[in-house]
Amino acid sequence: MSLDRRRFLTISAATFSGTLLAACNKNPRGADKLLTLAESANESIERSIFRHDSMDRVPASAKVAGKDFPKYFISETVPMWDTAARGEWRLEVSGAVRRPVSLSLEALTKLPRVTQKVDHFCVEGWNARAVWSGVRVSDLARLVEPTADAQYVDFGGFDKGYHESWDMESAMHPATLVAYGMDGRMLSPAHGAPARVHSPVKLGYKNTKYLTRVVFMPARNGGYWSDQGYEWFAGT
Amino acid sequence: MSDLVKRNHWVIRVTHWVNVVAIVIMTGSGLRIFNAYPSFGRPGETFPLNPWEGQAIPAWLTFGGWLGGARHWHFAMMWLLLANAFVYLGFLFLHGEWRHIAPRRGDARDALEMIKFYLFVRRDHPHQGKHNALQKSAYFAMPVLGLIIVLSGLAIWKPITLGFITALFVNYKWARFIHFASMAVLLLLAVVHVFMVFAVDPYSLRSMVTGWYDRARSPEARNARPFYHLFGPGKQAPVRREDSQP
Repeated sequence: MSLDRRRFLTISAATFSGTLLAACNKNPRGADKLLTLAESANESIERSIFRHDSMDRVPASAKVAGKDFPKYFISETVPMWDTAARGEWRLEVSGAVRRPVSLSLEALTKLPRVTQKVDHFCVEGWNARAVWSGVRVSDLARLVEPTADAQYVDFGGFDKGYHESWDMESAMHPATLVAYGMDGRMLSPAHGAPARVHSPVKLGYKNTKYLTRVVFMPARNGGYWSDQGYEWFAGT
Repeated sequence: MSDLVKRNHWVIRVTHWVNVVAIVIMTGSGLRIFNAYPSFGRPGETFPLNPWEGQAIPAWLTFGGWLGGARHWHFAMMWLLLANAFVYLGFLFLHGEWRHIAPRRGDARDALEMIKFYLFVRRDHPHQGKHNALQKSAYFAMPVLGLIIVLSGLAIWKPITLGFITALFVNYKWARFIHFASMAVLLLLAVVHVFMVFAVDPYSLRSMVTGWYDRARSPEARNARPFYHLFGPGKQAPVRREDSQP
Protein backbone atom coordinates (compact mmCIF):
# COMPACT_ATOMS: atom_id res chain seq x y z
CA MET A 1 0.00 0.00 0.00
CA SER A 2 1.55 3.25 -1.00
CA LEU A 3 0.33 6.76 -1.55
CA ASP A 4 1.72 8.05 -4.81
CA ARG A 5 3.34 11.45 -4.79
CA ARG A 6 0.84 13.27 -6.98
CA ARG A 7 -2.06 12.13 -4.83
CA PHE A 8 -0.18 13.12 -1.68
CA LEU A 9 0.51 16.60 -3.07
CA THR A 10 -3.10 17.02 -4.20
CA ILE A 11 -4.42 16.06 -0.79
CA SER A 12 -1.94 18.32 1.02
CA ALA A 13 -2.73 21.25 -1.25
CA ALA A 14 -6.47 20.74 -0.79
CA THR A 15 -6.08 20.51 2.99
CA PHE A 16 -3.91 23.60 3.19
CA SER A 17 -6.07 25.76 0.95
CA GLY A 18 -9.11 24.59 2.90
CA THR A 19 -7.40 25.76 6.07
CA LEU A 20 -6.50 29.14 4.59
CA LEU A 21 -10.02 29.74 3.31
CA ALA A 22 -11.49 28.73 6.61
CA ALA A 23 -9.29 31.26 8.36
CA CYS A 24 -11.42 34.08 6.97
CA ASN A 25 -14.41 33.36 9.27
CA LYS A 26 -16.71 32.47 6.39
CA ASN A 27 -16.31 28.74 5.89
CA PRO A 28 -16.28 27.41 2.33
CA ARG A 29 -19.33 25.28 1.58
CA GLY A 30 -17.23 22.09 1.61
CA ALA A 31 -16.02 22.84 5.13
CA ASP A 32 -19.54 23.57 6.35
CA LYS A 33 -20.69 20.24 4.93
CA LEU A 34 -17.84 18.48 6.70
CA LEU A 35 -18.65 20.19 10.00
CA THR A 36 -22.35 19.32 9.71
CA LEU A 37 -21.40 15.71 9.00
CA ALA A 38 -19.09 15.64 12.02
CA GLU A 39 -21.81 17.16 14.22
CA SER A 40 -24.34 14.47 13.29
CA ALA A 41 -21.72 11.71 13.69
CA ASN A 42 -20.81 13.13 17.10
CA GLU A 43 -24.49 13.29 18.06
CA SER A 44 -25.02 9.59 17.35
CA ILE A 45 -21.91 8.71 19.37
CA GLU A 46 -23.02 10.96 22.23
CA ARG A 47 -26.54 9.50 22.26
CA SER A 48 -25.22 5.93 22.16
CA ILE A 49 -23.03 6.42 25.25
CA PHE A 50 -25.70 8.38 27.18
CA ARG A 51 -26.78 6.56 30.36
CA HIS A 52 -29.47 7.36 32.93
CA ASP A 53 -27.16 6.18 35.70
CA SER A 54 -24.37 8.65 34.79
CA MET A 55 -24.88 11.21 37.52
CA ASP A 56 -23.19 14.44 38.48
CA ARG A 57 -21.34 13.73 41.70
CA VAL A 58 -20.88 17.11 43.38
CA PRO A 59 -19.38 16.66 46.87
CA ALA A 60 -21.85 17.41 49.69
CA SER A 61 -19.33 19.90 51.10
CA ALA A 62 -19.01 21.85 47.80
CA LYS A 63 -19.94 25.53 47.99
CA VAL A 64 -22.82 26.82 45.88
CA ALA A 65 -22.25 29.82 43.61
CA GLY A 66 -25.06 31.77 45.33
CA LYS A 67 -25.11 35.42 44.25
CA ASP A 68 -22.27 34.72 41.78
CA PHE A 69 -24.45 32.34 39.76
CA PRO A 70 -24.65 34.14 36.39
CA LYS A 71 -28.07 35.44 35.38
CA TYR A 72 -29.20 35.18 31.79
CA PHE A 73 -32.26 35.96 29.65
CA ILE A 74 -32.84 37.26 26.12
CA SER A 75 -35.40 39.99 26.93
CA GLU A 76 -34.15 43.54 27.56
CA THR A 77 -35.23 43.37 31.19
CA VAL A 78 -35.69 40.55 33.67
CA PRO A 79 -38.77 38.67 32.44
CA MET A 80 -41.56 38.72 35.05
CA TRP A 81 -44.87 36.90 34.81
CA ASP A 82 -47.58 39.59 34.78
CA THR A 83 -50.50 38.00 36.65
CA ALA A 84 -52.74 41.05 36.10
CA ALA A 85 -52.39 40.86 32.32
CA ARG A 86 -51.96 37.13 31.74
CA GLY A 87 -53.76 35.51 34.65
CA GLU A 88 -52.27 32.91 36.90
CA TRP A 89 -49.02 31.31 35.67
CA ARG A 90 -49.53 27.73 34.56
CA LEU A 91 -47.32 25.01 33.13
CA GLU A 92 -48.90 23.29 30.13
CA VAL A 93 -47.67 19.73 29.58
CA SER A 94 -49.05 18.56 26.27
CA GLY A 95 -48.36 17.38 22.72
CA ALA A 96 -48.09 13.68 21.84
CA VAL A 97 -49.59 12.61 25.17
CA ARG A 98 -52.75 10.81 26.31
CA ARG A 99 -53.63 13.09 29.23
CA PRO A 100 -52.36 16.69 28.78
CA VAL A 101 -52.30 18.71 31.99
CA SER A 102 -52.12 22.34 32.96
CA LEU A 103 -50.47 22.80 36.37
CA SER A 104 -50.52 25.80 38.69
CA LEU A 105 -47.33 26.48 40.66
CA GLU A 106 -49.08 25.12 43.74
CA ALA A 107 -50.00 21.90 41.91
CA LEU A 108 -46.42 21.60 40.65
CA THR A 109 -44.98 21.89 44.15
CA LYS A 110 -47.31 19.12 45.35
CA LEU A 111 -45.80 16.62 42.91
CA PRO A 112 -42.91 14.41 44.14
CA ARG A 113 -40.03 16.80 44.89
CA VAL A 114 -36.37 16.17 44.12
CA THR A 115 -33.59 18.32 45.63
CA GLN A 116 -30.10 18.00 44.20
CA LYS A 117 -26.78 19.86 44.31
CA VAL A 118 -25.45 19.73 40.77
CA ASP A 119 -23.30 21.58 38.25
CA HIS A 120 -24.56 23.95 35.64
CA PHE A 121 -22.29 23.69 32.58
CA CYS A 122 -22.30 26.75 30.37
CA VAL A 123 -21.25 26.52 26.71
CA GLU A 124 -18.82 29.37 27.48
CA GLY A 125 -16.73 27.05 29.66
CA TRP A 126 -17.68 27.90 33.24
CA ASN A 127 -19.57 25.73 35.65
CA ALA A 128 -21.49 26.79 38.75
CA ARG A 129 -23.08 24.82 41.56
CA ALA A 130 -26.53 25.29 43.06
CA VAL A 131 -29.09 23.24 44.95
CA TRP A 132 -32.12 22.80 42.72
CA SER A 133 -35.58 21.67 43.84
CA GLY A 134 -38.31 20.60 41.53
CA VAL A 135 -40.14 17.83 39.72
CA ARG A 136 -38.44 15.31 37.47
CA VAL A 137 -39.52 15.69 33.84
CA SER A 138 -39.85 11.88 33.86
CA ASP A 139 -42.46 12.24 36.65
CA LEU A 140 -44.36 14.78 34.55
CA ALA A 141 -44.22 12.27 31.68
CA ARG A 142 -45.76 9.59 33.92
CA LEU A 143 -48.56 12.03 34.61
CA VAL A 144 -49.37 12.81 30.95
CA GLU A 145 -48.48 9.42 29.39
CA PRO A 146 -46.61 10.24 26.16
CA THR A 147 -47.63 8.20 23.11
CA ALA A 148 -45.19 6.05 21.13
CA ASP A 149 -44.74 9.01 18.75
CA ALA A 150 -43.13 11.15 21.43
CA GLN A 151 -39.42 11.15 20.62
CA TYR A 152 -38.55 14.74 21.54
CA VAL A 153 -39.56 17.30 24.14
CA ASP A 154 -39.74 21.03 23.55
CA PHE A 155 -39.32 23.35 26.54
CA GLY A 156 -40.71 26.83 25.89
CA GLY A 157 -41.11 29.91 28.05
CA PHE A 158 -42.15 33.55 28.27
CA ASP A 159 -38.68 35.06 27.80
CA LYS A 160 -39.59 36.34 24.31
CA GLY A 161 -39.70 33.22 22.10
CA TYR A 162 -37.03 31.24 23.94
CA HIS A 163 -37.35 27.48 23.64
CA GLU A 164 -35.06 24.47 23.19
CA SER A 165 -36.04 20.94 22.16
CA TRP A 166 -34.45 17.86 23.70
CA ASP A 167 -34.06 14.20 22.84
CA MET A 168 -36.37 12.03 24.95
CA GLU A 169 -33.51 10.13 26.69
CA SER A 170 -31.96 13.31 28.10
CA ALA A 171 -35.34 14.73 29.13
CA MET A 172 -36.12 11.48 30.99
CA HIS A 173 -32.77 11.49 32.85
CA PRO A 174 -33.45 11.42 36.61
CA ALA A 175 -31.43 14.64 37.09
CA THR A 176 -33.55 16.60 34.57
CA LEU A 177 -35.96 18.77 36.56
CA VAL A 178 -38.61 21.38 36.16
CA ALA A 179 -37.11 23.39 39.01
CA TYR A 180 -38.96 25.96 41.13
CA GLY A 181 -36.47 26.18 43.99
CA MET A 182 -32.82 27.25 44.13
CA ASP A 183 -30.50 27.09 47.15
CA GLY A 184 -33.44 26.43 49.49
CA ARG A 185 -35.59 29.39 48.32
CA MET A 186 -38.22 29.77 45.65
CA LEU A 187 -36.64 30.58 42.28
CA SER A 188 -35.96 34.31 41.79
CA PRO A 189 -36.96 36.15 38.59
CA ALA A 190 -33.27 36.46 37.61
CA HIS A 191 -32.95 32.67 37.53
CA GLY A 192 -36.17 31.83 35.71
CA ALA A 193 -39.12 32.19 38.15
CA PRO A 194 -41.60 30.73 38.58
CA ALA A 195 -40.10 27.54 37.07
CA ARG A 196 -37.34 26.51 34.69
CA VAL A 197 -35.66 23.43 33.27
CA HIS A 198 -32.48 22.44 35.06
CA SER A 199 -30.23 19.49 34.33
CA PRO A 200 -26.51 18.83 34.48
CA VAL A 201 -26.81 16.54 31.42
CA LYS A 202 -27.19 19.44 28.95
CA LEU A 203 -25.32 22.70 28.45
CA GLY A 204 -26.93 25.76 30.03
CA TYR A 205 -28.61 27.06 26.89
CA LYS A 206 -30.75 23.90 26.66
CA ASN A 207 -32.13 24.62 30.17
CA THR A 208 -35.08 26.87 29.29
CA LYS A 209 -35.95 29.45 31.98
CA TYR A 210 -39.33 31.17 32.60
CA LEU A 211 -40.94 27.89 31.55
CA THR A 212 -44.59 27.76 30.46
CA ARG A 213 -44.84 24.67 28.26
CA VAL A 214 -43.45 21.18 27.97
CA VAL A 215 -44.48 19.69 24.63
CA PHE A 216 -43.86 16.06 23.70
CA MET A 217 -43.24 15.79 19.96
CA PRO A 218 -42.56 13.24 17.21
CA ALA A 219 -39.86 15.48 15.67
CA ARG A 220 -37.32 17.96 17.01
CA ASN A 221 -37.93 21.64 16.43
CA GLY A 222 -34.54 23.21 17.09
CA GLY A 223 -34.29 25.97 19.64
CA TYR A 224 -33.25 29.56 20.27
CA TRP A 225 -29.49 28.94 20.31
CA SER A 226 -29.52 25.71 18.26
CA ASP A 227 -31.07 27.66 15.38
CA GLN A 228 -28.18 30.15 15.56
CA GLY A 229 -25.50 27.53 14.98
CA TYR A 230 -24.76 26.04 18.40
CA GLU A 231 -25.03 22.23 18.61
CA TRP A 232 -28.58 21.05 19.00
CA PHE A 233 -27.65 18.04 21.16
CA ALA A 234 -25.34 19.89 23.58
CA GLY A 235 -25.09 16.98 26.01
CA THR A 236 -22.52 16.88 28.79
CA MET B 1 30.73 14.58 -0.21
CA SER B 2 27.32 13.43 0.89
CA ASP B 3 26.10 10.47 2.82
CA LEU B 4 22.41 10.06 1.98
CA VAL B 5 20.12 7.82 3.98
CA LYS B 6 16.36 7.34 3.84
CA ARG B 7 15.54 8.68 7.27
CA ASN B 8 11.74 9.02 7.54
CA HIS B 9 9.22 6.46 6.28
CA TRP B 10 6.30 7.96 4.32
CA VAL B 11 3.92 7.08 7.17
CA ILE B 12 5.99 9.27 9.51
CA ARG B 13 6.11 12.11 6.96
CA VAL B 14 2.38 12.06 6.17
CA THR B 15 1.32 11.82 9.83
CA HIS B 16 3.76 14.64 10.71
CA TRP B 17 2.20 17.10 8.25
CA VAL B 18 -1.38 16.01 8.98
CA ASN B 19 -0.49 16.70 12.61
CA VAL B 20 0.65 20.23 11.75
CA VAL B 21 -2.71 21.02 10.12
CA ALA B 22 -4.80 19.29 12.80
CA ILE B 23 -2.90 20.84 15.74
CA VAL B 24 -3.05 24.34 14.25
CA ILE B 25 -6.84 24.04 13.88
CA MET B 26 -7.29 22.37 17.28
CA THR B 27 -5.25 24.97 19.20
CA GLY B 28 -6.74 27.90 17.26
CA SER B 29 -10.32 26.76 17.81
CA GLY B 30 -9.51 25.75 21.41
CA LEU B 31 -8.23 29.24 22.15
CA ARG B 32 -11.40 30.73 20.61
CA ILE B 33 -13.49 28.49 22.88
CA PHE B 34 -11.33 29.56 25.84
CA ASN B 35 -11.97 33.24 25.01
CA ALA B 36 -15.70 32.80 25.71
CA TYR B 37 -14.70 32.50 29.40
CA PRO B 38 -10.97 33.25 29.70
CA SER B 39 -10.71 32.20 33.35
CA PHE B 40 -10.25 28.92 35.17
CA GLY B 41 -11.98 29.81 38.42
CA ARG B 42 -15.74 29.37 38.56
CA PRO B 43 -17.83 32.58 38.59
CA GLY B 44 -17.05 34.35 41.87
CA GLU B 45 -13.90 32.30 42.52
CA THR B 46 -10.24 33.24 42.24
CA PHE B 47 -7.68 31.00 40.56
CA PRO B 48 -4.20 31.96 41.80
CA LEU B 49 -2.42 29.47 39.49
CA ASN B 50 -3.30 31.66 36.51
CA PRO B 51 -1.81 35.17 36.80
CA TRP B 52 -3.70 36.23 33.64
CA GLU B 53 -7.15 35.24 34.90
CA GLY B 54 -9.80 36.95 32.75
CA GLN B 55 -7.30 37.87 30.02
CA ALA B 56 -8.46 36.77 26.55
CA ILE B 57 -6.14 35.42 23.83
CA PRO B 58 -5.60 37.90 20.93
CA ALA B 59 -8.23 37.16 18.27
CA TRP B 60 -5.66 36.71 15.47
CA LEU B 61 -4.30 33.65 17.27
CA THR B 62 -7.73 32.03 17.31
CA PHE B 63 -9.66 30.08 14.72
CA GLY B 64 -13.33 29.45 13.97
CA GLY B 65 -14.65 33.03 14.16
CA TRP B 66 -17.10 32.64 17.05
CA LEU B 67 -17.72 30.25 19.95
CA GLY B 68 -20.17 27.99 18.09
CA GLY B 69 -18.02 27.87 14.96
CA ALA B 70 -14.86 27.11 16.94
CA ARG B 71 -16.68 24.30 18.80
CA HIS B 72 -17.75 22.74 15.48
CA TRP B 73 -14.15 22.83 14.20
CA HIS B 74 -12.80 21.50 17.50
CA PHE B 75 -15.21 18.55 17.66
CA ALA B 76 -14.65 17.66 13.99
CA MET B 77 -10.87 18.02 13.85
CA MET B 78 -10.39 15.99 17.04
CA TRP B 79 -11.25 12.83 15.09
CA LEU B 80 -8.59 13.57 12.44
CA LEU B 81 -6.02 14.20 15.17
CA LEU B 82 -6.98 11.01 17.00
CA ALA B 83 -6.96 8.86 13.84
CA ASN B 84 -3.60 10.35 12.89
CA ALA B 85 -2.21 9.56 16.34
CA PHE B 86 -3.34 5.94 16.03
CA VAL B 87 -1.62 5.60 12.63
CA TYR B 88 1.59 7.22 13.91
CA LEU B 89 1.79 5.30 17.19
CA GLY B 90 0.70 2.04 15.52
CA PHE B 91 3.47 2.49 12.96
CA LEU B 92 6.08 3.25 15.64
CA PHE B 93 5.02 0.13 17.48
CA LEU B 94 4.87 -2.24 14.49
CA HIS B 95 8.02 -0.88 12.84
CA GLY B 96 10.07 -0.91 16.03
CA GLU B 97 10.76 2.82 15.69
CA TRP B 98 9.47 3.45 19.20
CA ARG B 99 13.04 2.63 20.19
CA HIS B 100 14.16 5.98 18.73
CA ILE B 101 12.10 7.93 21.26
CA ALA B 102 11.59 5.60 24.24
CA PRO B 103 13.47 6.86 27.30
CA ARG B 104 16.38 4.78 28.52
CA ARG B 105 19.08 4.96 31.13
CA GLY B 106 21.69 7.56 30.35
CA ASP B 107 19.24 9.95 28.65
CA ALA B 108 19.50 12.46 31.48
CA ARG B 109 23.29 12.45 31.32
CA ASP B 110 23.24 12.73 27.50
CA ALA B 111 20.74 15.58 27.69
CA LEU B 112 23.01 17.39 30.14
CA GLU B 113 25.92 16.95 27.72
CA MET B 114 23.81 18.48 24.91
CA ILE B 115 22.96 21.45 27.12
CA LYS B 116 26.65 21.89 27.98
CA PHE B 117 27.48 21.81 24.27
CA TYR B 118 24.81 24.42 23.43
CA LEU B 119 26.12 26.62 26.26
CA PHE B 120 29.72 26.38 24.95
CA VAL B 121 30.78 24.51 28.09
CA ARG B 122 31.62 21.53 25.94
CA ARG B 123 33.51 21.93 22.63
CA ASP B 124 32.35 18.93 20.59
CA HIS B 125 28.86 17.78 19.70
CA PRO B 126 28.04 14.68 21.76
CA HIS B 127 27.80 11.46 19.80
CA GLN B 128 24.18 10.59 19.01
CA GLY B 129 21.91 8.22 17.12
CA LYS B 130 18.96 9.39 15.01
CA HIS B 131 18.05 12.07 17.57
CA ASN B 132 20.06 13.79 20.28
CA ALA B 133 18.96 13.24 23.88
CA LEU B 134 17.06 16.56 24.07
CA GLN B 135 15.15 15.83 20.86
CA LYS B 136 14.39 12.32 22.04
CA SER B 137 12.88 13.57 25.30
CA ALA B 138 10.78 16.14 23.44
CA TYR B 139 9.52 13.59 20.89
CA PHE B 140 8.65 11.19 23.70
CA ALA B 141 6.91 13.89 25.73
CA MET B 142 4.69 14.90 22.79
CA PRO B 143 2.56 11.71 22.60
CA VAL B 144 2.42 11.59 26.41
CA LEU B 145 1.09 15.16 26.46
CA GLY B 146 -1.23 14.17 23.62
CA LEU B 147 -2.72 11.42 25.77
CA ILE B 148 -3.27 13.85 28.67
CA ILE B 149 -4.87 16.35 26.27
CA VAL B 150 -7.22 13.72 24.79
CA LEU B 151 -8.29 12.42 28.22
CA SER B 152 -8.80 15.88 29.74
CA GLY B 153 -10.62 16.90 26.56
CA LEU B 154 -13.05 13.98 26.92
CA ALA B 155 -13.39 14.96 30.59
CA ILE B 156 -14.65 18.45 29.76
CA TRP B 157 -16.66 17.44 26.67
CA LYS B 158 -18.69 14.81 28.57
CA PRO B 159 -18.36 15.59 32.32
CA ILE B 160 -21.50 13.56 33.11
CA THR B 161 -21.59 10.73 30.54
CA LEU B 162 -17.81 10.19 30.89
CA GLY B 163 -17.73 11.38 34.50
CA PHE B 164 -15.25 8.64 35.44
CA ILE B 165 -12.70 10.31 33.14
CA THR B 166 -13.50 13.73 34.62
CA ALA B 167 -12.89 12.23 38.08
CA LEU B 168 -9.30 11.35 36.99
CA PHE B 169 -8.67 15.10 36.87
CA VAL B 170 -10.57 15.82 40.15
CA ASN B 171 -13.45 17.71 38.51
CA TYR B 172 -14.56 19.72 35.48
CA LYS B 173 -12.75 22.89 36.54
CA TRP B 174 -9.37 21.18 36.98
CA ALA B 175 -9.79 19.05 33.85
CA ARG B 176 -10.32 22.26 31.88
CA PHE B 177 -7.19 23.79 33.39
CA ILE B 178 -5.09 20.65 32.71
CA HIS B 179 -6.44 20.52 29.13
CA PHE B 180 -5.25 24.10 28.63
CA ALA B 181 -1.91 23.73 30.46
CA SER B 182 -0.89 20.52 28.66
CA MET B 183 -1.80 22.18 25.34
CA ALA B 184 0.43 25.12 26.27
CA VAL B 185 3.38 22.81 27.05
CA LEU B 186 2.86 20.86 23.80
CA LEU B 187 2.71 24.12 21.85
CA LEU B 188 5.91 25.34 23.54
CA LEU B 189 7.69 22.11 22.55
CA ALA B 190 6.41 22.52 18.98
CA VAL B 191 7.67 26.12 18.80
CA VAL B 192 11.11 25.10 20.13
CA HIS B 193 11.11 22.20 17.65
CA VAL B 194 10.47 24.52 14.68
CA PHE B 195 13.08 26.99 15.98
CA MET B 196 15.70 24.26 16.26
CA VAL B 197 14.94 22.95 12.76
CA PHE B 198 15.87 26.34 11.30
CA ALA B 199 18.59 27.26 13.79
CA VAL B 200 20.45 23.94 13.99
CA ASP B 201 19.40 21.40 11.36
CA PRO B 202 17.65 22.90 8.31
CA TYR B 203 18.63 19.75 6.39
CA SER B 204 16.10 17.79 8.45
CA LEU B 205 13.30 19.64 6.58
CA ARG B 206 14.21 17.62 3.49
CA SER B 207 14.02 14.40 5.48
CA MET B 208 10.49 15.28 6.61
CA VAL B 209 9.41 15.98 3.00
CA THR B 210 11.21 13.45 0.79
CA GLY B 211 12.55 11.23 3.53
CA TRP B 212 16.20 11.67 2.48
CA TYR B 213 18.79 12.95 4.95
CA ASP B 214 22.42 13.80 4.35
CA ARG B 215 24.38 12.56 7.33
CA ALA B 216 27.48 14.40 6.16
CA ARG B 217 25.53 17.58 7.04
CA SER B 218 24.09 16.38 10.36
CA PRO B 219 24.52 18.73 13.35
CA GLU B 220 26.97 16.23 14.80
CA ALA B 221 29.06 16.28 11.57
CA ARG B 222 28.89 20.10 11.41
CA ASN B 223 29.42 20.49 15.17
CA ALA B 224 26.39 22.81 14.97
CA ARG B 225 24.88 24.86 17.77
CA PRO B 226 21.90 27.21 17.21
CA PHE B 227 23.10 29.55 14.39
CA TYR B 228 26.67 28.13 14.56
CA HIS B 229 28.02 26.14 11.56
CA LEU B 230 24.50 26.26 10.17
CA PHE B 231 25.36 25.46 6.56
CA GLY B 232 27.99 23.68 4.54
CA PRO B 233 29.44 20.20 4.58
CA GLY B 234 30.57 18.74 7.83
CA LYS B 235 34.20 18.70 8.85
CA GLN B 236 34.04 15.32 10.52
CA ALA B 237 33.69 12.17 8.43
CA PRO B 238 30.58 10.17 9.33
CA VAL B 239 31.58 7.15 11.32
CA ARG B 240 28.60 4.83 11.39
CA ARG B 241 26.62 3.37 8.48
CA GLU B 242 23.38 2.69 10.34
CA ASP B 243 21.12 5.60 11.12
CA SER B 244 19.77 4.30 14.38
CA GLN B 245 20.55 4.17 18.05
CA PRO B 246 23.77 2.26 18.80
